[in-house]
Amino acid sequence: MFKNFKHEKIETNAGLLLVLTMMAISVAGLVEIAPLFFLKNTVEQVDGVRPYTPLEQRGRDIYIREGCYTCHSQMIRPFRDEQLRYGHYSLAAESKYDHPFQWGSKRTGPDLARVGGKYSNEWHVQHMIDPKSVVPESVMPRYPWLLETRLDVSDLTQRLRALRRVGVPYSDNEEEYRRNVEQFGEDVARTLHIPDALKNLLAQAQEHNYDGDRSSVSEMDALIAYLQVLGTMVDFSKINPEDLVKYR
Amino acid sequence: MSASSVATAEQYDYEIIKKFAVMAIVWAVVGMFVGVYIASQLAWPFLNFDNPYITFGRIRPIHTGAVIFGFGGSALFATSYYVVQRTCQARLFAPALATFTFWGWQAVIVLAALSYMFGFSQGREYAEMEWPIDLLILVVWVAYMAVFVGTLMNRKQPHIYVANWFYLSFILVTAVLHTFNNLAVPIDLFSMKSYSLFSGAQDAMTQWWYGHNAVGFFLTAAFLGMMYYFVPKHAGRPIYSYRLSIVHFWALSFMYMWVGTHHLHWTALPDWASTLGATFSIMLLLPSWGGMINGIMTLSGAWDKLRTDPIMRFMIVALSFYGMSTFEGPLMSLKDVNALSHYTDWTVGHVHSGALGWVAMISFGSLYHMIPRLWNTEMYSVRLINVHFWLATIGLLLYITAMWISGISQGLMWRAFDDFGNLQYSFVESVAAMHPFYVMRAIGGMFYLTGMALMAYNVFMTIRQGVRAAATRTAVATA
Repeated sequence: MFKNFKHEKIETNAGLLLVLTMMAISVAGLVEIAPLFFLKNTVEQVDGVRPYTPLEQRGRDIYIREGCYTCHSQMIRPFRDEQLRYGHYSLAAESKYDHPFQWGSKRTGPDLARVGGKYSNEWHVQHMIDPKSVVPESVMPRYPWLLETRLDVSDLTQRLRALRRVGVPYSDNEEEYRRNVEQFGEDVARTLHIPDALKNLLAQAQEHNYDGDRSSVSEMDALIAYLQVLGTMVDFSKINPEDLVKYR
Repeated sequence: MSASSVATAEQYDYEIIKKFAVMAIVWAVVGMFVGVYIASQLAWPFLNFDNPYITFGRIRPIHTGAVIFGFGGSALFATSYYVVQRTCQARLFAPALATFTFWGWQAVIVLAALSYMFGFSQGREYAEMEWPIDLLILVVWVAYMAVFVGTLMNRKQPHIYVANWFYLSFILVTAVLHTFNNLAVPIDLFSMKSYSLFSGAQDAMTQWWYGHNAVGFFLTAAFLGMMYYFVPKHAGRPIYSYRLSIVHFWALSFMYMWVGTHHLHWTALPDWASTLGATFSIMLLLPSWGGMINGIMTLSGAWDKLRTDPIMRFMIVALSFYGMSTFEGPLMSLKDVNALSHYTDWTVGHVHSGALGWVAMISFGSLYHMIPRLWNTEMYSVRLINVHFWLATIGLLLYITAMWISGISQGLMWRAFDDFGNLQYSFVESVAAMHPFYVMRAIGGMFYLTGMALMAYNVFMTIRQGVRAAATRTAVATA
C-alpha cells in the first residue's frame, strides 16, 4: 500500500495536508483525555467531600482573583517528606467540585491542600495583612485590602447557579434539596441550598467571625473560610489506605 | 535594485506584516519589563507596594500573556504572513480579514492585561483570559486560519514549503486547544466571571494538555516554521535534509500532543495517564533533535558567517537552546527527576531556556532578517545587533543558572531529613535560601531586557531610515 506512496502527494494538496495533520494531532486527546471522563476509578469513592458553602466559594473566587495559584500548589504528592510537611497525599475526590482545579505548578510558598485548621483565624488575618509579621523570611505580598473590602454578594446566587450548571450539586428546588440531604446529611444540604445562600453566607461569617469583625462581611472573612476548609473534608482515620491504592 | 523592490512590494502584502513586526517588538519590551518586575518582586517583596493591581499574583499572567501571545503571537503572525506569501508566490488571501486579525489580536493582549489587573482570571495558567476575551480570540483565530489556508490555496507553486506545514499545524492545534480548554459557563451574560465546565482531575488533564501543547505548538512548531524559512534563507543554503524535515514534522505533530501529563506526575491524576505522557516525552527527543540537526547542518559550509554575522549567531544559539531544552524536558519528565524538579524553580528555568533561548532568539534573528527587507533598507546598526546578542546570551545564562541552583536546592531542602527522621528544614528556610538566586535571576532578566531595548531602538532607526529613503525616491521619481 505504501510502496508507491510519495510525500509529494501531501505537499501538493493543502486539503490533504490539513486533514492528515488534524488526524495526527487528535489521537492523543482521544486516548489520553476522553477515558478520564468515563473510567470509574479516576476519582476515588470517599465520604466527606462536599461542595463549598457560599462563603467558602466566594473565598475561592478571591483566591483565584489574586492569582494565589501562581505561588501555591494544592496537590500533595505521595512522598514521605510531603506527608510529614503537609499531610496525607491529595485525592482526586478532594477536588472533584473544584471548577477550576487549583492544583498549581509552583511552590514559591508552601502547598495549601491541607492548610485548613493548621493555623488560627487570627494568624491568617495577621498573615494576610503583613506576612513578614508572622513569618519574617516570607516573600509573600501583603493583602491589607482584603480586610477593608466588603464582600460583594450581589451576584452570589448567579455564581452558585453557574456552578450548579457545570455539575456541582447545589440545590435549587425541593427535589434537589432532598437528594442532597440523602447524600450529604441535613446540615450540609442546608448550606448548599441556593435560595438560602445569602442567609447561609451571613450566618457562617457571624458564627466563625473569621476576620474578628462581626459588623460586616469582608473579603478576608471569605478567603479565610475557604483556607480553613482546605483538606479537612475527608477523615483519613476512617479510611483503609489499601482502599485508596487501587485508584493510583 | 529599486525596480525589483517596488515590484516585490506590489507582489506581496507587506503592510500587515510591518504592523505585526512592530507590535512584536513593543510587546517584547513590555512583557520582558513586567517579567523583570515580577522577578524583582520575588527578590524584594516591597515592590508589590500593597497595591492590588500590581501584586505578583495579578501581574504574573500579564508577563506570560504579553511575551507568549503579544511578542510570540505577533512575531508569528508577521513571519507566517511573510513566509506564506513568499513561498507560495501569492498575495495574502482576504487582506481585510488579515487587518482584522491585527486589530483583534492586539485588542486581546490589551484587554487580557487590563482584566488581570482588575482581578478577572480563569485561574488556568497561560489561559487566564475570561470568556469574552476567549471568544474574541476564537474569532481572530478563525480569521487567521482563513487567511493562511486561503493563501496556501492560491499558491502559484505546486509544492507547499515545509515552513508552512509547521505554521499550519500550529494554527490548527491552537484552535483545538483553545476551544476545549476554555469551555466554561459564565455566571451572567453581562459578567466577566465564569466557571470551568470540568473539575478536579479532568480539569487538570485538560489544562495541561493545553498548557504543554501551547509550548509544543505555539512556542515550538510555529517557531520551527520560522526556522525552516529564515535559517536557510539567511544562510543562503538549502535545508540540510528534506527527508528529515518530513520525519521531524509528522513525528513532532503526533507525539507532542501526548506529553502534557508529565506536568501531573505523582498527582491525583491516574498513573497510566502520566506514564503515557512521560513515555512520549522521551520519544519526543528524537524528532526534536532531528529538527535541531536539520537546522544547524543547514549552515554546514557556511560556518564562517558565524564570525561576521550576529543575525546568524542568534539563529544558531536559538537552535542550540532548542536542542538543550528538548533534552532537559524529557529528562524532567522522568518520574524520579520530576519528583525533585516539580514545583521548584527548575521548571521556571527550563521554560525560560526554551522561551528566551529558543523562541525569542529565533524571533530576533528572523525579525532582524525580515525588517530591513520590509522597509527596503539595511539594518541601522549591525554593531547594536551584536551588542544585543551578547546581552541576551549573558542574561539568559545568568537566568537559567540561577534557576538551576535554586530549583535543585529547593527540591533537596524539601526532602532532607535529619538523623532522627524529621524534616531538616522548615519551608520558609528554603524560601530564605533562594534570595540570592532570585536577585541573580532578576539581574539576568535586566540584561535580557536591555538587549531588547537596544533592538527596539535599532529597529526604530532602521524604519525611519527606510521611510526617509522611500520618500526621497518618490520625490526624485516625481521630479
